[in-house]
Amino acid sequence: MLYREAGQFKTRYDADMAVFPIRQDVIGIGLIIAAAYLLPPFLGHFAIGTVLIPFLVFSLAAIGLNLLTGYTGLLSLGTGAFMGVGAYACYKLTTLFPGVNILIWIFASGFVAAAIGVVFGLPSLRIKGFYLAVATLAAQFFLEWCFVRIPWLFNYNVSGAIEVPTRTLFGVPIVGPNATPLTRYYVILTIVIALTWIASNIVRGRIGRTWMAVRDMDIAAELMGIRLLRAKLLSFAVSSYFSGVAGAVMMFLWYGGGEAKDAFSINLSFTILFMVIIGGLGSLLGAFFGAALLHLVPIFLKFGLPALGLPIGGATAEHLTHFITGALIVFFLIVEPHGLARLWATAKQKLRLWPFPH
Amino acid sequence: MLYNILIDPFVQMVELPDLFVQVLWEGTVAGVLYALIALGFVLIFKASGVFNFAQGIMVVFAALTLVGLHEAGVPALLALALTVAVMYALAWSIERIVLRPLVNQPDIILFMATFGITYLIIGLGEFIFGGRPKTMITDQLLLPRGAIDVQMLGGRVTFQKLDIAAAVIAGLMVVVLAVFFQSTRIGRALRAVADSHKAALSVGISLNQIWVIVWFTAGLVALVTGVMWGARSDVSFALQIIALKALPVLILGGFTSVPGAIVGGLVIGIGEKIGEFYWGPLVGGGIESWLAYLIALVFLLFRPQGLFGDKIIERI
Amino acid sequence: MTAAGGRRIGDVLLKVENISLAFGGVRALSEVSFDIRAHEIRAIIGPNGAGKSSLLNVINGFYHPQQGTITFKDIARTNIGPYDAASRGIARTFQNIALFRGMSTLDNIMTGRLLKMKVPFFWQLLRYGPAMREEVEHRRFVERIIEFLEIEDIRKVPVGRLPYGLQKRVELGRALAMEPELLLLDEPMAGMNVEEKEDMCRFILDVNDEFGTTIALIEHDMGVVMDISDRVVVLDYGRKIADGTPEEVKANRDVIDAYLGVKH
Repeated sequence: MLYREAGQFKTRYDADMAVFPIRQDVIGIGLIIAAAYLLPPFLGHFAIGTVLIPFLVFSLAAIGLNLLTGYTGLLSLGTGAFMGVGAYACYKLTTLFPGVNILIWIFASGFVAAAIGVVFGLPSLRIKGFYLAVATLAAQFFLEWCFVRIPWLFNYNVSGAIEVPTRTLFGVPIVGPNATPLTRYYVILTIVIALTWIASNIVRGRIGRTWMAVRDMDIAAELMGIRLLRAKLLSFAVSSYFSGVAGAVMMFLWYGGGEAKDAFSINLSFTILFMVIIGGLGSLLGAFFGAALLHLVPIFLKFGLPALGLPIGGATAEHLTHFITGALIVFFLIVEPHGLARLWATAKQKLRLWPFPH
Repeated sequence: MLYNILIDPFVQMVELPDLFVQVLWEGTVAGVLYALIALGFVLIFKASGVFNFAQGIMVVFAALTLVGLHEAGVPALLALALTVAVMYALAWSIERIVLRPLVNQPDIILFMATFGITYLIIGLGEFIFGGRPKTMITDQLLLPRGAIDVQMLGGRVTFQKLDIAAAVIAGLMVVVLAVFFQSTRIGRALRAVADSHKAALSVGISLNQIWVIVWFTAGLVALVTGVMWGARSDVSFALQIIALKALPVLILGGFTSVPGAIVGGLVIGIGEKIGEFYWGPLVGGGIESWLAYLIALVFLLFRPQGLFGDKIIERI
Repeated sequence: MTAAGGRRIGDVLLKVENISLAFGGVRALSEVSFDIRAHEIRAIIGPNGAGKSSLLNVINGFYHPQQGTITFKDIARTNIGPYDAASRGIARTFQNIALFRGMSTLDNIMTGRLLKMKVPFFWQLLRYGPAMREEVEHRRFVERIIEFLEIEDIRKVPVGRLPYGLQKRVELGRALAMEPELLLLDEPMAGMNVEEKEDMCRFILDVNDEFGTTIALIEHDMGVVMDISDRVVVLDYGRKIADGTPEEVKANRDVIDAYLGVKH
């Protein structure tokens, strides 16, 4: 009744190909973005720092991995390491050129990650499918080793950690010890919205179609004139760009510095992969869903349950998180292999008919 | 510089041959242990086409169950028997809850399901046994202790008796499994299932039974692996990541070859140790964490189907 | 000489000379030579396992023959790569449908336009502007194909959900979207009922008639072959055993023996 498309006819092709062809969807997105900007000043530091900021960072990384694994079909277990590359690149750039605005370096660090992504994507010419995942594992472990053994990366700090300096935008500190959670949140939000828009543009155009063709049947794609290596390398590049920026954002705007070896380990790679799987492979919306669900579960267990009167130890919460994560993955694969995004699409289908049953 | 990389390590090997043999032996032992983990993967892959990412955590879980039961007062050999029963129960549950609903789904879905199984078992294991590392009950299991020193090549080489036992046990297991697959009726059925679920079903093979058998056997392999690994270092969840090392082993040896797992394991184990010992110091050490993957990667570039794999001819 | 639909048949478009192809010990093709003239409909027939699909794969650049030359539009090559074949104007359909299952009908056919979509990466990031204009222009072209093949109502349906006959039609549309000069069809009517076959025949003839596309067609239905093809080449055990008009081939002793399984 509310969610009807009746009366919404498209008279031009570009209108038909819009991201949100149904007017209600456009309104919905508009409301969500407005809420994202207007509500947070009323939410506490906890909501912003522990819930929203990590959610945004994970979503961005999940979008990156989704482009590679969901749209192009190239399984990657190296997302964590590529995020690390972005973080370290950003650190080196901003310490070498402190005068340049940090936002420029955040976006630039993605290119460094992209370059490294292309190098580790070269084997995809010869190696397919599951074996390629092993190549990405090589990348993950090798880069992790680099983060520890190449002191130049962390400016020879004795602690081995990245120390995030203060950087400002229009005079307001956005990075470093003086940046408030709210400021950092707005910066991250804007970055994520911009990059999501760009990702959405890419996947709906010829490049997205090329990638999906490579994923679905690469032999047929090749016989139609698609150059496989170029398409795959582009996918590695773009995906690593997103991961790199996500890593830089994570280190600079979320963590505010720290031991990168622990932060960008193989566990992070798996976490992002699970977010992509649960959210839905091949769906940008799914990246957000997956990030939300997998990020909220441990928070709910650690803070939500005690708040409801069920005290639960920190360690137990962590164990339960592992268990529930595993259960969620199995559950979704059985019930809806296309993840939350498909469930959402199905729900919208039903909503179109509501309140009629069929 | 070039001298350091290309000449010096070999010079060192020749100058101190006893040290070289020691490193070779350490590599062999590591290789045997890798091969044991790889065997578990091969079993399940050979019989169901599924790459069981959860094999690593099954190793840890089996070891933890064994030690946990013993800590609770159960005598060692009884604990061993009970752990076997637990692994059977685990195999049965996995088949019932995860594999049965996913029959006929593409392999990639089943592979991702094993991620889920891994984390389920991690959570369960942490909950039951806690996160602290434990010591393996080697003495109680009648495994040998101590070392044998051999005078050779101008120096002394030490062989831990435990390592020798591990090599022997692994060798035995390989032989038994190879015979099992080749010659028995069940082995044939397993290979049929790996080829095609639908075809196997249509000739009357009970998929459910087969899968329980396979995962149980993999569970037994996991138990043996867990005991041997645990005897050399503590039993903890960190072991799970080491299981990822099995991947380069499988790439070299092939995903479906039982003897290949041993060959692959030895190549990776020895290659890693020699690389770390002689070339590692040149770059600050610690290259063990990624050298195996690099070896596998380079290997794949020349032979994308692995050492023992079949060349895939694409048809369209 | 005029073709079945009234088009004038032109010069030699594709020439295949002495093609031999083997996989390990299995000989798929032995010294096969024939040509295809522009604007004609050439049928390739033969018992199962004769090497017909392998022949198409060689023309397409998917298999590389151990011996022989392929001359397309006057350029001779021993090995032609898939990209070369596609960009120079060869498109095909497949025996076991090779559609992109994750995409809709419209998107599948749009992938046929990828070779012609040239707007650079930077504009793809922004979408609005040159990239969108290119999309719309190609969408217009694809819509004409959709109209031609009468599949308007399944535009947005994911192809995995379509019945077999419609999938084959979508695959034809995808090949047509490449605006090929030479269209290779591998058993386009396999598994279809009488009505679907008639529709497909009509489409093939229309494509040849309206767009002048040269068509090489593997087909088992002799009625179809006799009706619509200009010339026929017959393969058996990887060798060419006959080459000529449908009437000539029908009467050929070797061809009859091959189909009846007589040892020779």
